[in-house]
Amino acid sequence: MTTKQLALVIDLNVCVGCHACVTSCKSWNNAGAAGPLTDQNPYGADPSGTFFNRVQTFEAGEFPATETVHFPKSCLHCEDPPCVPVCPTGASYKRAEDGIVLVDYDKCIGCKYCAWACPYGAREIDEQQQVMKKCTLCVDRIYDEKLPAADRKPACVLACPTSARIFGDVHDPESEASRAIRERGGYALMPEWETRPANHYLPRRK
Amino acid sequence: MCACRCGIRVHLRDGKIRHIDGNPAHPLNKGVICAKGAAGAMKQDSPARLTRPLRRKAGAARGAGEFEPISWDEAYALLEERLGRIRATDPKKFAFFTGRDQMQALTGLFARQFGTPNYAAHGGFCSVNMAAGMIYTIGGSFWEFGGPDLERAKLFVMLGTAEDHHSNPLKIAIAKFKRDGGRFISVNPVRTGYSAIADEWIPIRPGTDGALLMALCHELVRTGRTDAEFLAQYTNAGYLVREDDGRIACAGGSPQDNPFRRHDQLWWDKASGAPVANHAAGAEPALDGSYHLADGTPVRPAFALLRERLAGCTPEWAAAITGIDAAKIRALAEEMGRTALEQSFELPIAWTDSWGRRHGSVRGNPVAFHAMRGLAAHSNGFHAVRALSILMTLLGTIDRPGGFRHKAPFPRSTPPVYARLPQAGGAVQPGLPLAGAALAFPAGPDELQVDDAGRPLRIDKAFSWEHPLAVHGMMHNVIANAWRGDPYPIDTLLIFMANMAWNSSMNTPEARRMLNDKDASGEYKIPFLVVCDAFQSETTAYADLVLPDTTYLERHDVMSLLDRPISEFDGPVDSVRVPVVPPTGECRPFQDVLVELAGRLKLPAFTNADGTRKFRDYADFIVNFETEPGSGQGFLIGWRGKDGDQALLGAPNPRQWERYAENNCVFHYAMPPEHQYMRNWNRGYNEWAVKMKLRRHPDPVVIAIYAEVLQGFRLAAQGRGPAKRRPPEAWRARVEKYFDPLPFYYAPLEAQAVDAAAYPLAAITQRPMAMYHSWDSQNAWLRQIHAHNYLFVNPRTARAAGVADGGWMKLASPWGEVRCMARHSEAVEPGTVWTWNAIGKSPGAWGLAPGANEFTRGFILNHVIAESLPDGTSNSDPVTGQAGWYDVRVRISPA
Repeated sequence: MTTKQLALVIDLNVCVGCHACVTSCKSWNNAGAAGPLTDQNPYGADPSGTFFNRVQTFEAGEFPATETVHFPKSCLHCEDPPCVPVCPTGASYKRAEDGIVLVDYDKCIGCKYCAWACPYGAREIDEQQQVMKKCTLCVDRIYDEKLPAADRKPACVLACPTSARIFGDVHDPESEASRAIRERGGYALMPEWETRPANHYLPRRK
Repeated sequence: MCACRCGIRVHLRDGKIRHIDGNPAHPLNKGVICAKGAAGAMKQDSPARLTRPLRRKAGAARGAGEFEPISWDEAYALLEERLGRIRATDPKKFAFFTGRDQMQALTGLFARQFGTPNYAAHGGFCSVNMAAGMIYTIGGSFWEFGGPDLERAKLFVMLGTAEDHHSNPLKIAIAKFKRDGGRFISVNPVRTGYSAIADEWIPIRPGTDGALLMALCHELVRTGRTDAEFLAQYTNAGYLVREDDGRIACAGGSPQDNPFRRHDQLWWDKASGAPVANHAAGAEPALDGSYHLADGTPVRPAFALLRERLAGCTPEWAAAITGIDAAKIRALAEEMGRTALEQSFELPIAWTDSWGRRHGSVRGNPVAFHAMRGLAAHSNGFHAVRALSILMTLLGTIDRPGGFRHKAPFPRSTPPVYARLPQAGGAVQPGLPLAGAALAFPAGPDELQVDDAGRPLRIDKAFSWEHPLAVHGMMHNVIANAWRGDPYPIDTLLIFMANMAWNSSMNTPEARRMLNDKDASGEYKIPFLVVCDAFQSETTAYADLVLPDTTYLERHDVMSLLDRPISEFDGPVDSVRVPVVPPTGECRPFQDVLVELAGRLKLPAFTNADGTRKFRDYADFIVNFETEPGSGQGFLIGWRGKDGDQALLGAPNPRQWERYAENNCVFHYAMPPEHQYMRNWNRGYNEWAVKMKLRRHPDPVVIAIYAEVLQGFRLAAQGRGPAKRRPPEAWRARVEKYFDPLPFYYAPLEAQAVDAAAYPLAAITQRPMAMYHSWDSQNAWLRQIHAHNYLFVNPRTARAAGVADGGWMKLASPWGEVRCMARHSEAVEPGTVWTWNAIGKSPGAWGLAPGANEFTRGFILNHVIAESLPDGTSNSDPVTGQAGWYDVRVRISPA
């Protein structure tokens, strides 16, 4: 267990599915160190591309008791990430100092074993560059002292209009992230896989 | 940008856009940004960008998209010659209509100065009912003109709202409201977007909100859960209505603060048992009963008439119409009334009302509302919005904390008096500006824009007996009317930022055919079509001349109090955009184009006495234009005066743009607390508002529960009343019916005209949060979120029709049919089908490659919507002309 574990806490109680997190992430990272986030057929049929964060919207229940849930998902920076041990080249690694899981593009051979191993579907191959790319928790923002202190957060967190994304150290019990998990019943996705995802979700409040 | 107008930071690297994020120092969005704003770089780089002026090749058909580039000099010369000729002979032959822009103060000024009445933006197609229904009742409306105070509200009811402008501030407010324990109820046929996080979803049938609102009013009145003091003092509930002609009885002869709106209406004083002038010292108005004036005229308080109107609007009555249980309707009303009255609170803010009475505090009844196109885009929307306004009034929540709060420059008179329509006779004169405003708020038949025979002056027939209170114009009528030459043919149609040949049309296939149609002599029926836009669209393909606009990143823009500002509740706010990257190719900002044309045409407001041009360009115009010479009132309120130290009014400041740029491009003037609430009736606020030229007169804006203005039209239809004008025979019955001074529910006109068994479903659209109007499919990132659209159908309904999830299906209305793909959804009430707005595109448009999903699998509902009903009348609201595009009735079947 690392001393510090940075993570995101996503508040499903207020996410309206606006996709601000999706394109802010794309914008920051496409022109940044983790980019480019390439697009295939951007102006043609069936456009697709690399996105680190996606929002899926699904329904639960039957009319009129329907719940509509907007569900943003990006790499959950697991404490025990299955994408790391399967990587044949060591390109996939978890940082000791803050728990961020990253991909070294120079070592990645695009074999996609990590994508098979990840139960959350958080690993995507960039079709143009043929390496695996994923959320970096904006590692190039959060420590950049050239940015004002208030801006040293992931782009998605700053963007979110409903403040549905909390960023912080889930190993620090007094961090905003830890308190939100504790006080609001924050939960991990699919705990049975024993990946111990660092990202957590806050449920809808009744 | 979208009409939310968030403050953004554009980070550049080597002159190119590196990243766009929200500006934390901007009061509107406080650093957040939406999907569209964050994807701005891809807007900038879109292959759909128009970069050079284009002229249709000689011999090429309109719509074929065969253009040759020309220089700006040629384009200007062409326009100067043609528009000059029109102005010198018959200015109304120039029609100027705009779409999703936010520069109506300039475009409106240009049209007025040119001398044509044929001008409007898109409101008549979009949501004019929301504006008119509320402005004619409470003196303000939603969007940027007012909204829910979610900081202090405890219950928030949102009706008919999807994503819209004023979106990010609403998202911020709803999230905080929920976190603070507020209860959020959403009334909508569909549960997406904001409704997904509502605590309760009320799945209403489209177009029936008016019935729900009337029933809620019924319940509040029946159970006595109304703010009686608010009704008595701040509305016309106590005004005595004459039983003979439905006009309000007045004392007569009293001094007027406002020559257009009298204030000597009578109350029946409970204490003395006699009629008195309203707000006479010590008087208390009766809100019930029947009385007689001294001359024997029988009168009743307006509230008694409302009560009578509401009597039949029971929850059971509304349940049958709306599909919502009567018990639920009763419970809703009970919750609203209880929350408003039992959780009422006081803010310790002293203020003086318009009648000179001092109050030690401001009361708040913490129930807030928001409503949008789901109420407006129906042919019964005006009255539905009136019912909502009255509901908000019964709860005592107008311009109060925790309720509805206006934003500057509102509140204004009901209706506003700052603009007057020129009357038909002298309205249009060759070579002269229009003798009045192009758009206004008629308060009676004599303020309509018709000739002596009752025929419309405008090409879109706004402000005629067919569409009397069409306060935002009717852009959706322009192409058809111009093609028909009814009321007259025009010469040149200039369209700015509007896709009138595709999704901004009530009859898309016909609109395209009409644009291409020629008369017997081989000339186009609409002789000259100019389209200005930043992106190639379905409509630019039909132009004779295309002008390439810049994007919002390449130009100066203003969000002005003269236009559609971004004021906060606590005071006026305006803002600017300054260019951050140079224009692409040969694009020029449309505002500069207008200033250039205005100079060439020597329009008076743009020309010095010696005939030289007054303004170099748009930036110069913004700094130096004053509404009247020496008025000190210009487009921007910040840093006025030659030293930049005056707010709201002041001489032009040559360095005003620099001051805005240095200050996050925004200016926020916070009013003192004693001016922030109860502004309709706040003496201090209104005197200040007049001084600052936000209002013409300081008189109170008394809430018009009983809309006597409407009664004036009704009387004219009946051949009586004080107005000189009467409607022509053909319109009398309709005006008499719909100009009811109290709201009433009627089924949408299309529903009444169509066989419900053959077309059992309602079809509606909504705007996705990741796209703005039709303007984001040329954005590579955003179109990966919505590349094609499905028709969402409740599984029960789909199975009954044999329509499979993900399968191809047919959607047919009495007017047309489209083929599309289905998606089963439990988040839609079974009698409704819906899709995202404007995702489907026409092949060849938007810089997209052949085979793009938008062409092959996308669709728009517009193809099944008609502009006319079977009997030939307009498919629109009979009061405002609002296009009834959510009224369409459909059936579905497998393809």
